[in-house]
Amino acid sequence: MENAFNPEMTLLILGAGLATYATRIGGYLLVTRMKNIPPRVESALNAVPAAVLSSLAAPAFFTGGYDTQIAMAVAAVIAFRNTGLPMLLAGWAVAMVIRHLVIGG
Amino acid sequence: MARTEFFEGMRGGLVMALSATPFGALFGAVAIDNGLTVPEAVLMSATTFAGASQLVGIELFGHHVQAWLIILSVFAVNFRHILYSAAIARYIEHFTPIQKFFAFYLLVDPQFAETIRRGESGKVVTPSWYIGFGFCVYIAWVGMTFVGAHFGKMMGDPKALALDVVLPVYFLGMVMGFRKRDGFLPVVLASVIGSVAAYHFVGSPWHVSLGALAGIVVAALLPPTLAAEINDTPAQAEEA
Repeated sequence: MENAFNPEMTLLILGAGLATYATRIGGYLLVTRMKNIPPRVESALNAVPAAVLSSLAAPAFFTGGYDTQIAMAVAAVIAFRNTGLPMLLAGWAVAMVIRHLVIGG
Repeated sequence: MARTEFFEGMRGGLVMALSATPFGALFGAVAIDNGLTVPEAVLMSATTFAGASQLVGIELFGHHVQAWLIILSVFAVNFRHILYSAAIARYIEHFTPIQKFFAFYLLVDPQFAETIRRGESGKVVTPSWYIGFGFCVYIAWVGMTFVGAHFGKMMGDPKALALDVVLPVYFLGMVMGFRKRDGFLPVVLASVIGSVAAYHFVGSPWHVSLGALAGIVVAALLPPTLAAEINDTPAQAEEA
């Protein structure tokens, strides 16, 4: 167990943790200090979830193989009826089937 | 009541904890590969608790980049959390300061998404539910970092289990859940184009912040919604 924690590395890790926490509390501090939120800021804030989540999902589709693309397309269709666990399982199952039965694993 | 909420949160968090499992193990294995000790890898997962930025951090550490630059990169990769905490502010206003402290500590992507979904469905986002959800994901992340750091090289290919598909599909479903909102299509289109372009020309993980910014700017430029106009009317009437 010698040198389980290198002092410099530990400081670096704690610094990264603090920087991350700053991002997690920062938006809250900014928003709650604004007395009146202008309508445009309000609509910008309302768009945050869809904008962030689209940005997380889109590159996976465009850079993934056709297995990933078909899985996501099937999930998108199911999402009109259900966006919970059934949709998640369907997308996963499609990818599994393509990878193991179609591509031949 | 609080117990029921806590377990309901844990149940929701369990699905996310499972899909985060391979990434936690991956981080543990890569961290050891880049010269961290097992306790250091676990400490980083426990304090930073943000997968992409942790991978970027240890990658730079492996290249002997200066410490301040590594911390700045971690900050930049996590910049999206500023948007998250701004967007959930209205749903956690009733938390005590200590509850808020932990709420921000646990504010990862799925936590943000589920909090918004719960708040918008009209349910109260209780501290018990929030902490139950976050606790589940946190334990899985830190635990799997430990496992990955020990057994990293014995793990199989995560692609064979199609685990890499789970998170994109999950995010896609969340996006579709917002489809009835004002300006949904222009916002999503701008973000899709912005994030894919940024992915190609700037690189991951910048595409998340840049793509989101594209959608948010479009939302701000769109004509103000009817609801906002209605909210403004009483104030103007008072002045008149």
